[in-house]
Amino acid sequence: MNNPDGYSASAEVGSVRKRRTRAERWWIELKKAPLSAWFGMIVLSGYIVVALFAPLLAPYGEAEVFPTPFGPWDEAHRFGTDQIGRDILSRLIYGARNTMGIALVTTLLSFAIGGGLGLVAAIRRGWVDQLLSRTVDVLMAIPSLIFALVLLSIFKPSVVSLILIIAVLDSTRVFRLTRSVAVSVVVMDYVEVARLRGEKLSWVMKKEILPNIMPPLVAEFGLRFSFVFLTIAALSFLGVGIQPPTADWGSMVRDNASLIQFAQYDIKAGFTPLLPAAAIGLLTVAVNFVVDWFLHKTSGLRDEH
Amino acid sequence: MNTSNSHGRGHGSNNSQSHDDQPLLRMTDIRIEGFSDEQWHPIIKGVDLTLRRGEVMGLIGESGAGKSTLGLAAMGFARAGCRFTSGTVEFDGTDLLGLKEKERRQYWGTRIAYVAQSAAAAFNPAHRLIDQTIESASRSHVRNDAESRADAVELYDSLHLPDPENIGQRYPHQVSGGQLQRVMTAMAMSARPDLIIFDEPTTALDVTTQVEVLASMREIVDKYNTAAIYITHDLAVVAQMADVIKVLRYGEEVEQSSTRTMLAAPKEEYTKSLWSVRSLEKPEQRSEDFILQLKDIDAAYGKTPVLHGINIDLPRGKTVAVVGESGSGKSTAARVVTGLLPQTAGSVMFNGDELPPQLSDRTPDQLRRIQMIYQMADTAMNPRQTVEDIIGRPLEFFHNVQGREKEQRVMDLLSMIELDESFLDRLPAELSGGQKQRICIARALAAQPDIIICDEVTSALDQIVQEGILKLLLRLQEQYGISYLFITHDIATVKAISDEIVVMFQGKVVEQGLKSQILSPPYPEYTELLLSSVPEMDPEWLSNLLNQRDRVL
Repeated sequence: MNNPDGYSASAEVGSVRKRRTRAERWWIELKKAPLSAWFGMIVLSGYIVVALFAPLLAPYGEAEVFPTPFGPWDEAHRFGTDQIGRDILSRLIYGARNTMGIALVTTLLSFAIGGGLGLVAAIRRGWVDQLLSRTVDVLMAIPSLIFALVLLSIFKPSVVSLILIIAVLDSTRVFRLTRSVAVSVVVMDYVEVARLRGEKLSWVMKKEILPNIMPPLVAEFGLRFSFVFLTIAALSFLGVGIQPPTADWGSMVRDNASLIQFAQYDIKAGFTPLLPAAAIGLLTVAVNFVVDWFLHKTSGLRDEH
Repeated sequence: MNTSNSHGRGHGSNNSQSHDDQPLLRMTDIRIEGFSDEQWHPIIKGVDLTLRRGEVMGLIGESGAGKSTLGLAAMGFARAGCRFTSGTVEFDGTDLLGLKEKERRQYWGTRIAYVAQSAAAAFNPAHRLIDQTIESASRSHVRNDAESRADAVELYDSLHLPDPENIGQRYPHQVSGGQLQRVMTAMAMSARPDLIIFDEPTTALDVTTQVEVLASMREIVDKYNTAAIYITHDLAVVAQMADVIKVLRYGEEVEQSSTRTMLAAPKEEYTKSLWSVRSLEKPEQRSEDFILQLKDIDAAYGKTPVLHGINIDLPRGKTVAVVGESGSGKSTAARVVTGLLPQTAGSVMFNGDELPPQLSDRTPDQLRRIQMIYQMADTAMNPRQTVEDIIGRPLEFFHNVQGREKEQRVMDLLSMIELDESFLDRLPAELSGGQKQRICIARALAAQPDIIICDEVTSALDQIVQEGILKLLLRLQEQYGISYLFITHDIATVKAISDEIVVMFQGKVVEQGLKSQILSPPYPEYTELLLSSVPEMDPEWLSNLLNQRDRVL
C-alpha cells in the first residue's frame, strides 16, 4: 500500500508530555497549592517536628512533679502547672507525640484491616462480599463512641486495647470506601486480563487494583486520622483513653477543666485548659486543609485558564 | 437556495438581513492553544473556514487533528484549558470572539446549536425528553411553551421517531441510543438555528442504526435549510452528509473541495492515503483442520439466555470473523471461549480436547494458549504500569523469564509490533490509540498463544491507524500461524482480515462460511440488512439505499 506520508506506528503522536522526576512533579503541584493547603502543611510539619523531638524541646520531663499544683504562668513554668504540679508546656509537647503517634498507628491498622477486606469483597463479590458488608453494616449501626466505651470498660483500658478497638471500629468506614472505589476498578478490562492469565488474588489486589485506588484512600487517610485522634481525645477526656501518667491532650483538658473558673482572678489560668483543646483543634483544621486540597486534585476537576 | 424557512426562525435572524451571497460563518486565521503538562501547545494552527447558509461542511481527520476544537470554535467557544490566540469568528456579520461571554450565550442554542457525540451523556437523566428538547427555544422566547411543545412533536415526527406524540414524555434511559441521538437533533433544531455543529453524532451507534440516524439528520437539515458542520473520522459517513469536505491534520488544513471532487480526485497525498484504507483485502483460504470448535453452546447472564445453541468452527492459522449488531451475542461467545462465562450447555473443543467451562478449572497452559485483545485499549491496560511491566508480566508468569532476558524479550516483542525500545518506560497515557492497541497485541503475543480473540479491536481507531493494526495482525498470522476469532461489526474490516465469516443475530448463528460465499448473494434477510447498512464512499449511496428500502416496503 502506498503510504506517501510514511505512516509509522512509533511516530504516532500520543499526548505531549515531558519526562519529569517525581520531585519535579511534586514541586509543580506545590507551587499551585492554595494558601489554605500551605497553612495546613506548615502547621502539620510543625506538629511533626514537635512530636519527633519532644524530649529535646520540653523543658521538663513528661511526668515530673513540682511542689505547686495549679501553679501560675511564670518564668519557670511557661503555662503553669497542673493539678498535681506537672509542667503544662512539657506535657503539651509530649502530648503531641503520644496523641499523634497512637492516632497514626490506629489509622494505619484500620486501613490494613478495612482496606484489605474491602479489596477482597470487591474482587470476590458473591457471599464473601455479602458476609463482610453485612457485618460492617451491623457494626456501623452502633454509635462508635458508645461502642468503644463499652468495649474499653470490658477490656482493661491500655494503649494496645485502645488502638485495637478504635482501629476495628474505624475500619468499617475504610472498608466501605475501599470496596466502593475498588468495585469500579475490578470491572476494568485489565483486571479481566489478569484473571484470564490466572493471577492470584493477592497479585490482583496489590498490582492491578491498589495503585489505581490510592488517591481517594490517601485523602481518606488524612480524614480518618483526624477522626481517630478526636476519638482518642474524647475517650481520654472521659477517662477511659490514654491513662496517666502518659501525657495526652484529651485528658489534659479534663484534668485542668476546673481552672477555667479561675479566669476571673487570673485570666491566664483560664486559658490553661484551652491550650490542649486548641492544639487538638489546630491539628484537625490543618489536616483537613491538606486533605481538601488533595481531594480537589484527585477529583480530576480542571482549573480554568 | 431554499428560502422557504419562514417557519419561525429565531428573533435574531428576523432582524438581520440575510444575504445569500454573504457567508453565514466566516472564520479567519483561527489559532487555538491548549494547556497541558504545564505549558501551552498549539492545537489549531491558523485555519480559515467559510460556510454559506444551508451548506453542510464535513470536517474529517484523525483523532488529535483538532476537528472538535475547530467545531466548537465556530461557536466562539473554547473548551476549559483552551484559548484563542488569534483569529475572528464572524457569524452573520458579528465577530463572536469580540463579544462578552454573556452576549455570546445569546447565540448558543438559539442560532448556533451543538449535537454531541454521546447523546446519553448529554441528556439530564432526571428530566423528560420533551422538556429538554424545548428548553433553549423557551428560554430565549422564540416561541411560547405550548407552541414549542407542538413544534417538538412535529420535529420528532420529521426525524421519524416512533410515536412522536408521546415519546417526549419518556426519560433518556427509556429510549435507544439511536433514538436519543435523534431527540438531540430535535433539541438542536428546536430554536431553528442557522447553524448546527454535529460532533461525531453517529460514531457510538452500530451500522444499522447509524443509517437511520444519518438519513433523518440529513432530511431535517435540508428541510429547514440549516447550515451544518459535520465532524467525523468516517469518510463514507461524511460523503453522505456534506456538500464540501475539509480535511484537517495536526491542526492545519490539508485541503478543501466539494464532496464529489474530493472523492473522485483528492489532490493531496495525505487525503489519498485516507481514501485508500478500505481497499485492504486478504485472500481467503479454506481449512478443515479446526483448532477451536464451539458445539451447540447455550449461555446465559443470570437467568437471561443470550446464546442459543451456537456452532462456530475456527480453522488452525486462519481468521474467522464474527459479525452482527450489538446485542447479538458476539462478545458473549468470546466470553464462553475464554471461560469468563461458563456455558450452560454444549462444549468448547480446543485441539480436539474439551476445555473446562470454568476459568478456575483450566490449566495455565490452556490459559496461555488462548489470549484476548479488547476494543478499548485504554481500559485493557493498567494506567499505573509501564509498557515494560505490561508486556513483561505474561513472559514472567507463563515462561518464567526474569531480569535481563525478560527485558530483551520485551524489546523483541516491541520490534515485532513496529515500536522501539524508547517505549519501554512509558505509561499508557503517553501513547496514541494505535500504539496502545499494539501494546495489547504484544502482551497477547508474549504468552505465545495459539488463538487470539480480537473483540472489536479496531473499531475505536481512525482508519489509517486501523489499517496499520490490521496489517500487523495479518503479518503475525503469517509468521506465527496464530488463529484469530475476530469480532467486529465493520464489514470493511471483515473483508480485510477474514477467511471465514460467522453472522450472528439475536444469540443465534445465522450462517458460517467462506468470506466469498457470505459476501455474495443470495443473502439471508439479516445478512442483507447488515451488508447494505455499511456506508460506501459514494455520495449517492444513502439516497439510493433509502429509495431501495422504500420500494421493498
